[in-house]
Amino acid sequence: MALRDLFFRKPSAPVADAPDTPAPLADPAPSAATAPMQAPVSDPSRASVPAAIPEEPTGWFGRLRQGLSRSTARLTESVTSLFVKRRLDDAALEELEETLIAADLGLPAARRIVAEFRRTRFGTDVTAEEVKEALAESIAAILAPVAVPLVIDATRKPHVVLVVGVNGTGKTTTIAKLGQHYRDEGRRCTFVAGDTFRAAAVEQLQVWAERTGAGLAAPSKPGADAAGLAFDALTAARAAGTDVLLIDTAGRLHNKSALMEELKKLVRIIKRVDPSAPHSVLLVLDATTGQNAVQQTKIFSEMVDVTGLAVTKLDGSAKGGVVVALAQEFALPVHMVGVGEKAADLRPFEARDFARSLMGLE
Amino acid sequence: MAPSLREGSRSGALSFGAKFVFEALSGKLSGVFDRLRRRGALNETDVAEALREVRVALLEADVALPVVRDLVAKVRDRAIGQEVIRSVSPAQQVVKIVNDALVEALGGGDDDNGLRGLNLNAPSPLPILMVGLQGSGKTTTSGKIALRLRTRDRKKVLVASLDVHRPAAQLQLEQLAARAEVTSLPIIAGQSPLEIAMRAMDVARRELYDVVILDTAGRLAIDDALMAEVAAVKAATKPHETLLVVDAMTGQDAVNTARAFQDKVGVTGIVMTRVDGDARGGAALSMRAVTGAPIKLLGAGEKLDALEDFHPDRIASRILGMGDIVSLVEKASETIDQAEAEKLAAKMQKGQFDLADYAKQLQQIGKMGSLSGILGMLPGVGKLKAQMADANLDTKILTRQAAIIGSMTPKERRTPDIIKASRKKRIAAGSGVTVQDVNKLLKQFDDMSAMMKRMNKLGQKGMMRGGLAGLLPPGLRGGGRPF
Repeated sequence: MALRDLFFRKPSAPVADAPDTPAPLADPAPSAATAPMQAPVSDPSRASVPAAIPEEPTGWFGRLRQGLSRSTARLTESVTSLFVKRRLDDAALEELEETLIAADLGLPAARRIVAEFRRTRFGTDVTAEEVKEALAESIAAILAPVAVPLVIDATRKPHVVLVVGVNGTGKTTTIAKLGQHYRDEGRRCTFVAGDTFRAAAVEQLQVWAERTGAGLAAPSKPGADAAGLAFDALTAARAAGTDVLLIDTAGRLHNKSALMEELKKLVRIIKRVDPSAPHSVLLVLDATTGQNAVQQTKIFSEMVDVTGLAVTKLDGSAKGGVVVALAQEFALPVHMVGVGEKAADLRPFEARDFARSLMGLE
Repeated sequence: MAPSLREGSRSGALSFGAKFVFEALSGKLSGVFDRLRRRGALNETDVAEALREVRVALLEADVALPVVRDLVAKVRDRAIGQEVIRSVSPAQQVVKIVNDALVEALGGGDDDNGLRGLNLNAPSPLPILMVGLQGSGKTTTSGKIALRLRTRDRKKVLVASLDVHRPAAQLQLEQLAARAEVTSLPIIAGQSPLEIAMRAMDVARRELYDVVILDTAGRLAIDDALMAEVAAVKAATKPHETLLVVDAMTGQDAVNTARAFQDKVGVTGIVMTRVDGDARGGAALSMRAVTGAPIKLLGAGEKLDALEDFHPDRIASRILGMGDIVSLVEKASETIDQAEAEKLAAKMQKGQFDLADYAKQLQQIGKMGSLSGILGMLPGVGKLKAQMADANLDTKILTRQAAIIGSMTPKERRTPDIIKASRKKRIAAGSGVTVQDVNKLLKQFDDMSAMMKRMNKLGQKGMMRGGLAGLLPPGLRGGGRPF
């Protein structure tokens, strides 16, 4: 019976022990720490010294593993272990669905991809590489329509970018990176230190303004009204002919309605200066976030009309699979990804690269 | 699923969103079991179908895959062959089994040693090392722990930021320390994290501090250089507690992070932050299962006092929509003046509760934190809470109401019935609100008086059975009985 298979099936792959042998939950002993998801490739010493990898019985597989980056090891390992020399049957497809869910892709996205596999390849013998290539293609197809850069309208003077998100996603750092980018393009840029709540948030942006050569509109005292600050900053920026005005906001959980109302107020107030502002509303998402990113996107979009997303911290072990779910559900443009702490570590979002990175290809 | 998500999204603080999954889950399971209600023992097919829903719900809640498998297997073993108890539905019975498995997985159950919170059983100065990814809330949590140690444990606390990477991070901790009224190690620019840590320990020894909180920079688990740096700090300072700070919104990557920090640094406990969001918090299950390190504290708000002890049974109850009445009682007993509360209670029972008492009560509620936070702890008020959140209820309303009552004469407070149009106008003008606001307050007070009468009628026994939801008018009650 299918459900039993799902939990007890032993993949016939020659690879370690990936998804079977679940670790006993109540037992914090070493077995739990090493068992289910400790894919061999995630061992740094091995990954950085390919020569140390013992010869695999299947030569191509060893080579493939060398090419995998450490950070995507988990997903690729389990996909690989599922499909090497394996018939694509119901049980295999169910495992594939679970594997995609485990990569934070979310249930609808995982189901859609699995459905496509069922349609085109059911009952065929497939290899790991084929599955990965095909999965990457499916994911890239979902992501391609949303890979849209953030275009600054040079006629606006200033083009107002409002940056929002929950606490700790990297709003301030993203603003700093954007500021650097626009400065490099020869645009004049001003930061608005709208996070008047968190301790030292203003000082943080101030340091970035000095480093990137951007202007800074800072509140006169902690806890000052961010809307008022933005109003003054926009008025001044219009007078000065600034090209881009980047408004930082305090991080807020999307389920705190009072804080979300405060954000709506900020939008209302800056519309008094320029009815078309903000021209872009950038929602900053942390790649380590799981399915909650769907709720974040939903509520922030309802409240302040998010026009695009930035995904940060993609240099870590989390690969931001939830972006696939977001693309399916909201079709909001993903403008950029953050891959480090330096001002230059902001890249345009490339659907194909992202999809292949998710699958551990190249 | 969609309506419940929507509802969850607007609930106030402390809802620990997993509850909504499980509310939805209970619904789904009811569907599965509807046709076999009251039919002897649970058989394998019934259970398998129910477990499919359990599995999907756990995965959607960001619980890591191996942990889900294990939990599901455990629930299946226990569920199959169980006699269906006459008084409950099979769905409720499976939910109960899921609940028990959840409590165990979170560190409760029979193996629970009852040790909670921070371990402070070591000679001074006792170092606490805070580690975690960027943006997980280390610095804020450091401030919260400092405040708690100073006020609750009466410790002399020194905090030091070792974050030399993020601009103004040291300044952030310094400001938080000022708010928590603890000492912050003077910032010397250009020092390395290790140097700062050694200086902090040195100062603590000389100036006789009890606890030193070392806040480190956020680092990626795969950044070997930075992991080595924090490992060096750990080796040098030998912290009594190494706390891994993790965001409750974390997805499947929680296990990677937890394992990497466990392997490379070694953690003695986990702090989950942002549990006041609506994330389903599956990360808690994953990390506990993977590292075996206990979850010690929960961050549940932006204010410095929004730090709670972790209790597996309570959290599991909250997850299942049964509320967290114990936390509420504890919080209340910490902040509410006991004598005052007894006087109020006596008055309530005699039906002599007047507006002056109401004003006093407002003050005490204000001390306990946000209303939505308090409501989140009450059993069976899920829906009501969502409505309240929509109505934008916050402590500001309490302040305003206190102002309105402040503008009344003592006679008006004792006998609100005498407040008619002209008095209302005077009160509104005196407190800077509209007459409608005054009306609202009077109406609310009326409702409350009515509720108290019901409470007296219901008696203690009724309170126990129906929870506080039993007091509410039927239309406002949250999603049904617990079970």
